[in-house]
Amino acid sequence: MKKSKSLLLMIALVLVIGTVLAGCGGNNNNANSGNNASPTNAAATDNAGNTNTGNATGEEKLAADQTLKINLSSEPPTFDPQQAQDSTSNAILKLMYEGLTRQNAETGQAEPGMAESWDVSADGLVYTFHLRDAKWSNGDAVTANDFAFAWQRVLDPNAEQAAPYAYQLYYLKNAEAYNTGEVTDFSQVGVKVIDDKTLEVTLTNPTPYFLGLLSFYTYYPVHSSVKDNAKWATSVDSQIVNGPFTLTEWTTGQSLSVTKNPGYYAADEIKAQTINFSIVNSGATELLSYKNGELDRAGGPIGEIPTEQLPIVEKEFPNEFTRKGIASVYYYQFNVTEKPFTNAKIRKALAMAIERQPIIDNITLGGQLPAFGFVPPGIQSNGDEFRNQVADSQYFGEDIEGAKALLAEGLKEEGLDKLSFTLSYNTSEGHQKIAVAVADMWKKNLGVEVKLENKEWGVFLEDKTNLNYQVARAGWSADYNDPMTYLDMWVTGGGNNDTGYSNPEYDQLIKDAKSSADNAVRQEKFTAAEKILMDDMVIMPIYYYTNNSLTKEYLKGVTLDFSGAIDLSRAYLLEH
Amino acid sequence: MVRYILNRFVHMIVSLFVLISATFFLMKAIPGDPFTSEKKIPEQILQRLYAQYNLDKPVFEQYVLYLKNIVKGDLGISMKMLNQEVTDIISQTFSSSLKLGVVAIIVAIIIGIVLGMLAALYHRRLIDNVAMVLAVLGIAVPSFVVASLLQYLLAYHWKIFPVMGFKGPMNYFLPVMALTASPIAVIARLTRSSMLEVLHADYIKTAKAKGLGWFSILSRHVLRNGVMPVITYVGPMTANIITGSVVIEQIFGIGGIGKQFVQAINTRDYPIIMGITIFYGVILMVARFLTDVAYVAVDPRIKLAGRKEG
Repeated sequence: MKKSKSLLLMIALVLVIGTVLAGCGGNNNNANSGNNASPTNAAATDNAGNTNTGNATGEEKLAADQTLKINLSSEPPTFDPQQAQDSTSNAILKLMYEGLTRQNAETGQAEPGMAESWDVSADGLVYTFHLRDAKWSNGDAVTANDFAFAWQRVLDPNAEQAAPYAYQLYYLKNAEAYNTGEVTDFSQVGVKVIDDKTLEVTLTNPTPYFLGLLSFYTYYPVHSSVKDNAKWATSVDSQIVNGPFTLTEWTTGQSLSVTKNPGYYAADEIKAQTINFSIVNSGATELLSYKNGELDRAGGPIGEIPTEQLPIVEKEFPNEFTRKGIASVYYYQFNVTEKPFTNAKIRKALAMAIERQPIIDNITLGGQLPAFGFVPPGIQSNGDEFRNQVADSQYFGEDIEGAKALLAEGLKEEGLDKLSFTLSYNTSEGHQKIAVAVADMWKKNLGVEVKLENKEWGVFLEDKTNLNYQVARAGWSADYNDPMTYLDMWVTGGGNNDTGYSNPEYDQLIKDAKSSADNAVRQEKFTAAEKILMDDMVIMPIYYYTNNSLTKEYLKGVTLDFSGAIDLSRAYLLEH
Repeated sequence: MVRYILNRFVHMIVSLFVLISATFFLMKAIPGDPFTSEKKIPEQILQRLYAQYNLDKPVFEQYVLYLKNIVKGDLGISMKMLNQEVTDIISQTFSSSLKLGVVAIIVAIIIGIVLGMLAALYHRRLIDNVAMVLAVLGIAVPSFVVASLLQYLLAYHWKIFPVMGFKGPMNYFLPVMALTASPIAVIARLTRSSMLEVLHADYIKTAKAKGLGWFSILSRHVLRNGVMPVITYVGPMTANIITGSVVIEQIFGIGGIGKQFVQAINTRDYPIIMGITIFYGVILMVARFLTDVAYVAVDPRIKLAGRKEG
């Protein structure tokens, strides 16, 4: 009996060891498949090598294998430029398409893209674009008709699929009227195809930032073949593009790849052969993969590094860590239609009574900048950054004694003896930590009672729209590089004005700025408008955002624009 | 048997109907919709989007419309992943979860039973103690801890496996280990206790007295009877594993159905929420049905027709 028992033990052992060995077998297979995959890489190498010899630069030695590995925290919801509305789609579409203009990575200015040159009429309303000889990835020429077609797709009120970002095109004459059905004839809209290579665009108002807007994805052209195929953007094969890369692989929720488009007019500027994107929404995993060499870059805006790891990686990888201010602002807003926040003094007292730097040093950890105004650094106006011309320190400062006095005054005016209210934020550890700290500072510095309320995202947004809150967390990022993208949201009845704020003087300033083509006048109006906004303290600014990322030292050419949008099209790898 | 299956089928349809209705109305009761965002969409465009997905109709009408489409086998089109069929999204993401799940289930059953058998045969000896300590650990430590630990040690520290991805066989190891830690523990404990019971049963003594060899006693009598509780557990476990673990899929970067489901709820992607719920419902019901059939196969004393449905 003993014997058979040990026999059984043997069998069990064999089973277990077998499993382990099978595991090792798996190892080898993988190594093999890795090797099998390399011929394709080698082929890619050849291509890259050829391009390199063409424009070999002295000191930088390019890696033979130009395959970039980048992670996306979320899957791009669409590859249709006219349907996109998020930063991940933006990053991918920027690789696949090009608009009339392109944004220069260093200066942020619009430079020729599909349009080789353009003329602007004296009143700033009519733009005539001259297109270059560019080709779609199927060999067709890119013509002015492709732009008119794409823009009509965006604005068409009877389109099968309505474009959520259609309002990005409302700068064109009659675009809004056509989109809302008031004008039914598209020829009334300010887009006119003069000939295959000439496009005339007429605007409603002179818009100094219009050339910059043209590099935005809603303005990209699409190939006319998409007309009869509603599902064209859902499959890899039916996407005809005019940008530096084409989409070559896509597995829902898993990965996608783009490969260099040899027909792109500036193909010699493109050194990357393939960019492989993984889709993983775990910051911890992304960081570990980066450290392990499975990724060439980690962090924002398309990836994520866990907040608590930021100070650590900053020290650990000083040569790979990059921090850049981006044009976004984090703030708390007041419901100014309900007591006690109808009183500006109370609002201002709250804004003065918190300490921003400790919040940044201990909670947000990303080197954000304390904010005392609404327009963030990076936004250009009249030839320089708005914030350089108008310091936000003039509006108010952190002053606890002053805040106490102001609060007492405000409470007296309202006939109150104590202040208590609810602060709401949407479910997120980051927002919660900030809310706890701010509430604590208010309590300690002003003796105010604050109840914290945590709401699910959808609920939170709906409550904000319905003015069903007292104080709420908010954030705003730029749609385009002009103070208007921040300041026009607080006009009376504005779609994004969910504070109930209404000030005719403010409305007038914004209206004046909108109708003026003179940058100096606009700058003056913006300055006056922001001052009113901060004097009324409709919103309480907390910090201006930064983008934190890790880039391997051998990855070059990745750029972020003023808003933090990433451009990978000119990226390449050095030998390493 | 036929009657039993028919019975089960009707039961399944009714359950599904209740599931669909409950999910539909609960989902509509959550505030917000797929088009709420911090940057608001102008009212007119919003109305057009609502009309496009029939969200402008009264909820009950939407419900009837949805049921009609379901009967036709049409789960609709995602509202967030534009123009993509819900069935395509489910089949693509489920295939990842299924591949991983099947491997995990096989590993869990084999290792779990072997460990349990060893522990029972060497009752109160070293192997037993070690196996049971491991089992307690496996049950007690949550899978995300196991996953992060494995990832840190085996992928980052020792560089044996990749941190994330789902391309080659190497990508299976870590998620399978993390997924199976707790099932292995449960199976091992179940096997051990039921085998201990069986080992002392009279018929085993009879078998020994008859002079049957140890191996045939084990394989014909002990294992067969000892494995019954395991089958009860394996049914739901299978359903649980192949429907995708959100935590594991997120940590190891696997584009599975669990991850998709959570994402759909966060973005209020109604058609995907409904589609995956129905899909989960069907899987659970099928798993339960198969468990019942497996009982009959292992234990002839159980008669399917005699069992009350439920």
